Amino acid sequence: MTVHAMAAAQAAEEGWHAPGVADFWQPLIGDGNWAITRPAIVFALTAIILGIVLVAATRKLKLVPGKGQFLLESGYDFIRNGIGRDVIGSKEFLKFVPLLFTMFTLILVNNLVGVIPPVQFPTMSRIGFPIALMLVVYVSYHAVAVRRKGGLGYLKSLMPPGVPGWISPLVYVLELATYFVTRPFTLALRLFANMFAGHMLILVLVLGGEYLLLHTDGLLPVTGVVAFVFSIVMMFFELLIQVLQAYVFTLLTATYLADAVSNEH
Amino acid sequence: MDGSLNAVGYGLAAIGPAIAVGLIFAAYINGVARQPEARGMLQPIAILGFALAEALALLGFVLAFIA
Repeated sequence: MTVHAMAAAQAAEEGWHAPGVADFWQPLIGDGNWAITRPAIVFALTAIILGIVLVAATRKLKLVPGKGQFLLESGYDFIRNGIGRDVIGSKEFLKFVPLLFTMFTLILVNNLVGVIPPVQFPTMSRIGFPIALMLVVYVSYHAVAVRRKGGLGYLKSLMPPGVPGWISPLVYVLELATYFVTRPFTLALRLFANMFAGHMLILVLVLGGEYLLLHTDGLLPVTGVVAFVFSIVMMFFELLIQVLQAYVFTLLTATYLADAVSNEH
Repeated sequence: MDGSLNAVGYGLAAIGPAIAVGLIFAAYINGVARQPEARGMLQPIAILGFALAEALALLGFVLAFIA
């Protein structure tokens, strides 16, 4: 019998409440549709802190960088060259670097506070925040493409070259769905689901560990300690995923923009 | 014993993306082992492929909650 099965059996008897979607709804002020929630405040705070730190750090740049400036510059260099230049191409990437850097830093900080006390709540585990970021990307890559190719030209350019005539309507419908539905949908969903699932896993381990440790008899409290240790291991795993998801979001944004500025399909 | 069949369904659905992610990183490691200087070029491609394969698993994850 596994730990989870035992926990489930215990829960059935005494009513241990498994964490669920409801745990992510945390209004601080007000209630209903217009409540100011915990992630909203975290998001605003991270944006303000990020702005202050970046402005303060770039106000007095030195030729020979100190530690902080070096860290900042290597981060910027990573986005500018590692993502922007390599994906979009050296000709037009410069005007998109601010968008990419903003997305990366904002998502990275918001993800990282998911495991850092005292916040310990990943903002992106509420679907509204990834959707807002996705809308910015969605509007930008369509706007860039329409400005570059014109409305009709853009719709024409969605057709990949070299498709046989009889199958082209089907391919075109699929391409339309990719550009207008699948891409924004998966972009927002990927970030949301990763943060949601990771936080949920930690919640299960911590709350389940607490229950096993304090509310069970016999040898079961030992499994609670195991659950706590495992929750800390998972937090480090979460750190990896959080950085990776910020990178993936930025990389995909750059890929979509590269599609929009490229002349062929 | 009670519980939701959704969890079982999602577990089954996650097999495909899991194999896909494994294959992608296997290919990436192979490529870098054969040609270490190509790492910088292969890395974004590998991460991109990983993200696309992972999206399938995440779609299943969301469906498991709403279905």
